[in-house]
Parts: sequence; C-alpha cells; structure tokens
Amino acid sequence: MDPIRQRLLKKSRQAKLEKRGRLIGLLCISLIVLVVVAIFYFVASRGLATFYHDKVNLWDFLTKQVWNPGTKDSHGVPAVGALPMIVGSFLVTIFAALVATPFAIGAAIFMTEISPRRGMRILKPVTELLVGIPSVVYGFIGLTVVVPVIRRLFGGTGFGILAGTCVLFVMILPTVTSMSVDALKAVPRYYRDASAALGATRWQTIYKVVLRAAMPGLLTAIVFGMARAFGEALAVQMVIGNAALMPHNLVSPAATLTSVLTLGIGNTIMGSLENNALWSLALILLLMSLVFNLVIRWIGRKGAVKS
Amino acid sequence: MNVKRQDKLATIILYVIAGAIILVLVALLAFILIQGLPHVSWHFLTAPARAFEAGGGIGIQLFNSFYLLVLAMLISVPLSLGAGIYLSEYAKKNWLTGLIRTSIEILSSLPSVVVGLFGFLIFVIQFNFGFSILSGALVLTVFNLPLLTRNVEESLASISHAQREAGLALGLSRWETVLKIIVPEALPGIVTGMILGAGRVFGEAAALIYTAGQSAPALDFTNWNPFYIASPLNPMRPAETLAVHIWKINSEGIMPDAVAVSAGASAVLIVAVLIFNLVARWLGQRLFKKMTSS
Amino acid sequence: MQAYDLTQTALKKFSPEEQEIALSTQNLRVFYGKHEQIKGIDLQFPRYKISAIIGPSGSGKSTYLRSLNRMNDEVSNARVTGKICYRQLDINQRNIDVFEMRKHIGMVFQRPNPFAKSIYDNITFAPKQHGLKDKTKLDQLVETTLKQVGLWKEVKDSLTKSALALSGGQQQRLCIARTIAMKPDILLLDEPASALDPLSTSVVEDTLAQLKTHYTMIIVTHNMQQAARVSDYTAFFYDGRALEYGATSQIFTHPEIKATDDYVSGHFG
Repeated sequence: MDPIRQRLLKKSRQAKLEKRGRLIGLLCISLIVLVVVAIFYFVASRGLATFYHDKVNLWDFLTKQVWNPGTKDSHGVPAVGALPMIVGSFLVTIFAALVATPFAIGAAIFMTEISPRRGMRILKPVTELLVGIPSVVYGFIGLTVVVPVIRRLFGGTGFGILAGTCVLFVMILPTVTSMSVDALKAVPRYYRDASAALGATRWQTIYKVVLRAAMPGLLTAIVFGMARAFGEALAVQMVIGNAALMPHNLVSPAATLTSVLTLGIGNTIMGSLENNALWSLALILLLMSLVFNLVIRWIGRKGAVKS
Repeated sequence: MNVKRQDKLATIILYVIAGAIILVLVALLAFILIQGLPHVSWHFLTAPARAFEAGGGIGIQLFNSFYLLVLAMLISVPLSLGAGIYLSEYAKKNWLTGLIRTSIEILSSLPSVVVGLFGFLIFVIQFNFGFSILSGALVLTVFNLPLLTRNVEESLASISHAQREAGLALGLSRWETVLKIIVPEALPGIVTGMILGAGRVFGEAAALIYTAGQSAPALDFTNWNPFYIASPLNPMRPAETLAVHIWKINSEGIMPDAVAVSAGASAVLIVAVLIFNLVARWLGQRLFKKMTSS
Repeated sequence: MQAYDLTQTALKKFSPEEQEIALSTQNLRVFYGKHEQIKGIDLQFPRYKISAIIGPSGSGKSTYLRSLNRMNDEVSNARVTGKICYRQLDINQRNIDVFEMRKHIGMVFQRPNPFAKSIYDNITFAPKQHGLKDKTKLDQLVETTLKQVGLWKEVKDSLTKSALALSGGQQQRLCIARTIAMKPDILLLDEPASALDPLSTSVVEDTLAQLKTHYTMIIVTHNMQQAARVSDYTAFFYDGRALEYGATSQIFTHPEIKATDDYVSGHFG
C-alpha cells in the first residue's frame, strides 16, 4: 500500500504534540481559575463563620460602631461593629479619588492636547516611574513627612484620614493618569478638527468635545484608581493611626478594613471569634473589589453603546 | 470672562498641574535618595539587621527579596506562558472563555492583602508550609499570574495571523508554531512585561507579611545546601523581604535608627525598581531591533 | 451586473487512462456560520499540471483553495462538507491526520509571510521539526530548494541574514522554497504574485513553470494574463460555483458558458 496513504491514516508526531500542548495550556489556565474559585471559597467560608457559627447579626456587624471583638456587651453579644473601618475605607478612597481626579485628568489633557511632545518625553516616564514605586515607600514617606506636617498644622498626632488620603492620592495618581491618557487618545482626531473648524478655542474643544467623548474611559480610570485605593493595605496602615473608632474629623486616628486586617490576623487564633470577624472584613474587601469590577464593566458597556 | 481668556487660564492651570506632578515625583525621589543614599554602604547592604540597636544592615532582607523574586518568577513565567498561549491560540469564543477572562480580571484587581490572606490560609496553614520562602513565592505567583498572562496573550495577539498560517501550512502543529515562531517574535513584549512584573513583585509587601513572614533568621552564607536549616537556599525558612522590613520597623518603632534604615532600604528598593524599568525598556527595544533588522 | 444561468456548467472530466488525477473534490461546500460560501464544487486536478482558478472577487476562489488542505479548519465558524479525494482517501474526514496531509499538500499565500528568522532557518525550520537533523542534508536541502526557485545566486552569501530583509519578490520565492522543502505532492498557491511588482511577478511565474515537472499546482489568480501564461487548465468560478473548467487555451478562446466569455473578455471583474 501507498506509504503516504498509510501515514495519513496514522497519528503524526505533530498531532500528538498538538494534543499535549493544548492540554498544557488548558492546565495552566485551569489552575488560575481554580485559584480564583479557591480564594472566594476560603475567604467566604471563613468570613461567613462570624454570622453562622458565632451568630453575629449581619446588620449589627455592618452598622454598629464598637469594634472590640474580645469583649461582649451587656447582652452577651460580642462587640464587632465594623462601621468605623467601613467608613474609614470609603472616606480615604473617596477623598483620594476626589483630589486625584482633577490632577490626573489635567495631566492627561496636558499630555494629549496641550503639549504631546513634552508630555510624552517627560510626564509619561514620570508617571510610569511613580507606578513602580512600592507602596511601603509611599507609606514610609507618609509616616516621616506627611504625618509630621499635619501634626504641625492641625495639632493632634497627625495620623488619620487626611494623612491616608494624601498617601493614597499620590499612589493612585499615576494609574489614573495613564488610563486617562489612553481614554483621551482614543477620541478620534476629527472630533477635534471639526470643533476647531467651527471656531472653538482649544479649551472649548477640550471641555465640550474631547472630555465628553472620553467620559466612559475617564470614569473607568477613576473607578480603577478607587479600587486600588480601597484595597491598599500597608501604606494606609502606616499613616491612618489604627484606632477602630468612628472618624469625627480628618486628623484623628482612624482605621480602614485593610489596616485592621494587616495588624489583626497575626494576633488572633484561627477559628476564634476575633479571627473570624477579621475574615469577615476580608470578605467585605473581596466583595468591594467585585463591585468595582462590575462598575467598570457597566461603564464600559454603556460607553460602548454610545459611540 | 471671554473665551480667549478662559482658554489662556485653562492652559496655565494645566501647565501648573503637569508641573506639580513632576514636582511631586522629583520631591519623592529627592527625599528618598537624599535621606537614604548616604546611609547605603557595603556594610548596610550586606550586614544583618539589628532589632534594638542602631547600625544594622539589610543584607538578609535584600537576599530574601531576590531569592523570592527568582522563585516566584520561576513558577509564574511558565504558567503564564501556558495560560497566555491557551487564551490567544486555543480558546474558542464562547461563554466559558468569557468566564475564564472574567476570573483573570477579578484576580488581577483583588487587593494584595486579600491574596496574602488567602496564601496564609492555604499555603501556610492548610499545606503546612509555615511562614516560608515557598509560601511567599506561591502567593507572589498568584499575585503575578493574571497580569503576566494578559501580557503574554496581548503580545501573542499582536503577531500577524499570517505567521501562524505559514507554520500550519508546513504541516506543523499549532503548538510548535506558537512556541517556536510566534513566541520568539512576541518576545520583546513578553520580556518587557515579565520584567515589569518582577519589579512589582520585588516591591510587594502586603501579600508577604503573612506568608513569607516577618522575621529574618540569620543565614549561613557558607552552606548552600537547600536542606540545611540556615542555608540561604532553604525554601522552608521564614524570609522577611526588604519591603516587609521597611513596613515592620516603622510599625514596631523599636529600632533606634528605623528612619535611617527605612530611608536606606527605600532608596535601595527604588533604585532596584528603576533598574527593572530601564532594563525592561532597553531589553525590549534591543530584542525588537534584533527581531526586525537583518 | 446581468444575471447568469448558474445551473448551466461545462466542467471537464478526465478519464483515468488519459490523465492521472492528483486531487479532486466532490460536492464541496463551505459554510461560514449559516452563510454558504462555496456551493458544491466538483473538480479534478491532473498530476504535474498547473491548474488556474479565476473569477471575480468574492466568487470563492481562495475559500475553495484554502479548504483543499483544510486551512479552513483554523477558522472558528467555518464548516466544510463534501469529499476531497487524495490518494484514494477522502481527506475531509476526521480520521485523516491533518498535519501529515499538509506536508503533502503545501500552500503559498497571497502576502509573502516568511518567519522572522534567517533565510536558512526559514527553509530548514519545518523539516527539522519533522525530524530531519543531519546538517549536511539540511545544507543540501537549502541549496537545492533555493536553486529551484532561482534564489540561490542572490542569497547564497547571506543565508544567515533575516528573511525580512529580502525584497517582496524574494520573500515570496523563499516562501515557495520553504514549501517545496517539505517535498509535497501538491502546491496550492493563493494569488502568489498579487502583492508583487511586475518584475518579481514574472520571476515567480518562471519559477512556477520550472517546478511543473515535479509538482501538481493549483493557483488562484485574479490576473487573467497570468492564468493564460502559466496554466494548463483553468476553472472559472462565479458566486461560489465552478461554472466552467477545461484546457486553458479553450477557456480563453472558445468558452462555452456566457459568464466565462464575459469575464475573460473583460466585461466584468
């Protein structure tokens, strides 16, 4: 029989290689998916134990203001009110985003509309470098520079929401900036030309045409920055003051979900209420990260429909 | 106010903002380098840390950082290559692939402290690896994988489809074609992404404090047998890294020269990250030139 | 464009005594999703001859050609039905090893697509992967194939240089050399000269004429002069169908079908 014919009916080395390669790829990707599932499963099972095993009321957990898991109140219910940390996390996140947004978008406009050449030569490497600086370095600078300055200006210890905001502002600024640059760059050239042809000044073109067209992208950048700020642990923990109290002003010691977590996990015993309550905080962090993800997707979908 | 003046004012404000950002970076770098570099000496880089007295170094932490980085990259580079190849070459466009992509996206946006806590739960406690280099390397892998995978996938996707057809038309399998033709062509992008990922891993601390641990036991740099307890290569020993060290001495506040040590360590950290950045760019461009020119 | 009677066809059939057939298709259909791109094509391609496929753009020439060595397998929503007969086997079957098959039915594409490797590696890469390791044999292979495509004199001193540094015409001839280094039976050529300048085109055409003694070739072209110059047989495609197939001289001088006549005399294109 024709040898080529026979070989056509057999499995070639290539066919075996293909099968093996595909399997290897599939295993790698499955491992990643498995890790994601495992993270959710383990954090959720620990975090929910507070409510199922220790019978803490979910509503109390989210709204009560006293965080002292070792003690019980007059009714014998453990004092695990997470509101101070939740408020702390949201405050630093929102403030940081509020301060960073004008700077980031301003810098992005500068890089794309005002002086692209200088922007790309100087500002782009600057933002890339800032992205690369480790968060502990930001924390250290916050601790040695920002906190003493606040102490001198406002009295008190200097630790608190304001210090946390300052550190997070600088941390998320480069990320938001570079994403904003991408958003502005995606606006087609002819939008600007058309506007300029109608006699609009550069600022009118930027403000009325470019910024509006890039809005979904800019919002995504801001939400992305907020997600980073919300999840940042060590830099915030170093300057926030770590007092699980409701923040009454911006310069008194406070706490965030992440700061309590980083300090607490090592000092509690696995399976105890104190420990489970911390895992519940981690679960909140995890869910918030999901929420930020959903918001980014939602913005992306709405933006896609418009254009 | 008329539009002309408005335009001018806006331009001025934008210049101020751009200047302010540059100023922030310059101030940051200047502060770290001016505070830190005078403290950096050969002794500082090699001597072990001292907890209660001044004059300690960061030798062990520096070594730990590099060792952890190497181990983490050894695990995550092949995994991300496999996963990235699968996504870009094999995955069909259906709901399952969509789900896979979504989970990678979620993993990449998880706070590193959550990833660290997961690693603590799984590697340190469940697998009983304890606070160790191994636990740390595994958790850094988890932290690094989604970004590396996406980088590999994007780099591969940027290579022309015609190259894949060329390989297939010669009777080669897709796997051979990708591994030996597409990957080498995509190497500039892949390598740049990997080095930037390495820089991120090098500075990471939150994921490590409960996995690689917060202590740096003395090492015997004369015994490199990985099974010896004080060997630098022993993967089961706790290993505080440089980034964790900065965090720890600042939170504890018992080291008398904590600020100086932190500044020095920060300077080393930043210089390392700078080098990672520059090397990534340089190597990326060099590889690109090598691939395209004759 | 006027409507033609698409049921009327004039397709040459070869008798086994008259001519050995290298490849043939029976009722070949290609679907992209629900859309039927190729609507049942029966053609026979004789051994050691050049067959050209001509027709207006969108008539399915390339789609048909790409299904002959199952390159359409790689398109996610494509489906090919019908028979592709090669060595008394229907190679459009799952039990056929598609990688082995492509070694025997090679393909050259419209745009030159050399690998980003040296000229030498471009030719030896696939043979090496298929198990040829002997250095002297590889050297020999490079020399003979480059000579076959008329590239040897031009590049023999720069074999280690990147193939991307070659001109378009040289790249395309390298791609042909790379394909014949696999020692295939059949060469499928998808508009191999359409991205080239006239001079390179004529060199590539000469190359094909030289190769005819050893290879069966099927060439898709939108250039009628080219089909007339290089091919022995010509098929005219229209709207996913083969309307006419026969000796090239006859197709271009006395076509039987009105649509063919209009096309070769330049009434539409």
